[in-house]
Amino acid sequence: MDIAFTEEERAFRQDVRQLLRDNMPPELRRKLAEGRKLSKDEKAAGVRVLYKKGVPTWPKEYGGAGWTPVQYYIFTEEVRAFPGWTQFGYGESLVGPVIYTFGNEAQKKYYLPRIANAEDWWCQGFSEPGAGSDLASLRTRAVRDGNHYIVNGQKTWTTWAQYADWIFCLVRTNPEAKKQQGISFLLVDVKTPGVTVRPIELISGGHEVNEIFFDNVRVPIENLVGEENKGWDYAKFLLANERFSDAGVTSSKESIGRIKKLAARSCAGGEPIIDQGSFREKIAALEVQLKALEMTQLRVLANASRQQKSAQDPASSILKLKGAEIEQAIAELLMDVAGPYTLPYLSEDQLEGNEPPIGPDWAATIAPGYFYSRAASIYSGSREIQKNIIAKAILGL
Amino acid sequence: MNFDLSEEQQLLKNSVERLLADSYGFEKRRTYQTDAKGYSDAMWARYAEIGLLALPFSDHHGGFDGGAVETMIAMEAFGKSLILEPYLATVVLAGGLLRLGGSEAQKADLIPGIAEGRLKLAFAYAEPQSRYDLFDVETQAKKDGGEWILNGTKCLVLHGDTADKIVVSARNSGDTRERNGIGLFIVDADAPGLSRRGYPTQDGLRAAEIILENVRIKNVDVIGDPEGAFPIITRVADEAVAALCAEAVGCFETMQQITLDYLKAREQFGKKIGSFQVLQHRAVDMFVELEQSRSMAMYAAMMAGEDDAIERERAISAAKVQIGRSAKAIGHESVQLHGGIGMTMEYSIGHYFKHVTMLDMLFGDADHHLKRLAGLGGLSNGQVN
Repeated sequence: MDIAFTEEERAFRQDVRQLLRDNMPPELRRKLAEGRKLSKDEKAAGVRVLYKKGVPTWPKEYGGAGWTPVQYYIFTEEVRAFPGWTQFGYGESLVGPVIYTFGNEAQKKYYLPRIANAEDWWCQGFSEPGAGSDLASLRTRAVRDGNHYIVNGQKTWTTWAQYADWIFCLVRTNPEAKKQQGISFLLVDVKTPGVTVRPIELISGGHEVNEIFFDNVRVPIENLVGEENKGWDYAKFLLANERFSDAGVTSSKESIGRIKKLAARSCAGGEPIIDQGSFREKIAALEVQLKALEMTQLRVLANASRQQKSAQDPASSILKLKGAEIEQAIAELLMDVAGPYTLPYLSEDQLEGNEPPIGPDWAATIAPGYFYSRAASIYSGSREIQKNIIAKAILGL
Repeated sequence: MNFDLSEEQQLLKNSVERLLADSYGFEKRRTYQTDAKGYSDAMWARYAEIGLLALPFSDHHGGFDGGAVETMIAMEAFGKSLILEPYLATVVLAGGLLRLGGSEAQKADLIPGIAEGRLKLAFAYAEPQSRYDLFDVETQAKKDGGEWILNGTKCLVLHGDTADKIVVSARNSGDTRERNGIGLFIVDADAPGLSRRGYPTQDGLRAAEIILENVRIKNVDVIGDPEGAFPIITRVADEAVAALCAEAVGCFETMQQITLDYLKAREQFGKKIGSFQVLQHRAVDMFVELEQSRSMAMYAAMMAGEDDAIERERAISAAKVQIGRSAKAIGHESVQLHGGIGMTMEYSIGHYFKHVTMLDMLFGDADHHLKRLAGLGGLSNGQVN
């Protein structure tokens, strides 16, 4: 048992630093450091740098970097610290692994390189107005018509659909079967006639999620992944990856560093907030929880490196649950630091424009960030659903 | 980065767990507790047999050269069975002081006795006014030719009532709360002028209040620098915290298991109570606390030997905060989920609750360590490597 990274892992860290210094556009780095929004093209440019050695989380044979989980952790730590973290939809994290695990050769050949080159932005079509936590009750229908499926229905909470080229959908292909058994996994080109994307405005004021309507959308049958009516299995595989992979430790570490910097610049009662014992104890208490989560994450990764599978370790089940809790606590602490200047509301356009800010230039995004953080315990399986799963699968209740 | 146990460590884990599973069930523990000493000398001999009492010492003195991870393995197993014997007092505390600060002659004289189970020690660090500050020492040590004369009151000396020798922290210069001027003195329990009053602790272990009145110590019984022992004391205290964290994790794991068994067996309203969602979610909350604590106990074990004192203290304090908070969370929930039976002495869960509560009170509770950590600027300066 040894907490130190190995010689090879330390060398790997240096390589990642070098890669970022040599390739990440300075303009992008500056915008990320200031917490500004990136355009789709800028995100593509960032991701191409991050994918230079192959897609970080994929195996080598599909254009992945073939890194161990611990290497990937080091990579995210360095990228967050640079800062250079960009994401181009859900191709790498969600649909890619489904395609290379369950897709046919033609699908692997066509879709995977396009994800690896940041050409296709993928979004996720799972939730529906009547199918949230009870996802399997989804009603979007796909009916076979010759060489096509005709898709009708509605998806919702679709993150970044406004940028998307493709959407992967769960659709009902057999309405007679038990609800989990009549579902298929279908890839849909968002430009297909009959697909309409509408923004949903969130309490944070941002445009993150959308609803998508399908009105007699014709999808070629070769866009079916795996077998018809087996989509629920692929969805469970995808959701397990989504829930058990990342606790957001490196991003939360970065945020705590930011809180400390801001608290050193902000005064209350005539002294910097960082010098106040009660505030320091609040940060320290959060750091303890985060350190514990980091160690839990590293235990899971070290275990996964050895066994080549990550969903086995019972400890992995707490990552999303605790990670969301910490993310939310961080957003609350940022509110505490910013204080009264969280009050003014600036629209996204105003934030990105040239108008001088109201109050400190960093304060305008704090309250929206706090409001948005409440979603962390709702999306990809609410906190309560996570607990149901752990109770059943891990505790045997 | 590696969280695996080595082959030897795995063997150690298996042997201590097997011994305790065979001979330390809840009913047997009750019997051991009725002994006048408050624990089982027969079990102490078994620990010696399988090498547990020799674990952290150099093989030069009959030890096994184990480190904090080996201690973690033993302590976690002890926690699962709520053992009553003076392992912390003898091996981790007083043994640690000898190991880190003792002269070659002292080690050769005393460590084989510890390792073979012939000698039990205790460490008298606390005083009525000191609370959790190990440097807050009023007990006086005065040099008198080739001897030292000790005067003062030591309190809450873990297993101080049955120890053969007691290592006492005492001051020979400086003000009460100064870090310099503190020495460590090995005192025979039957030395003239030493009186002790033993008593049970809330969690069924033993401790003593010790009064020293003109107790004379030979110069050879001083551990290290008679004015500069504080760094050794903090080091041993940090090791002890790491050990206590592991012991707590052993307790937590058993508390979780006992509670799950109960949820799966107990029926009300015609159903297993474990089928109720509100109880399931509370069981999950306990599981999260357990895993977070396990992670921090490992972190503490891996950092307990760190030479950079600031980094070590940050890590140790962080671990103790986690363990203290989890002790409350898991303790409260496990009793609650049992309902009335959880409140009874006849049932085991309450005994675990009491023990983990007392572990929080040793070497600084969660609030104390949170303050220390905040004072050190928090954790994030200290990244993993």
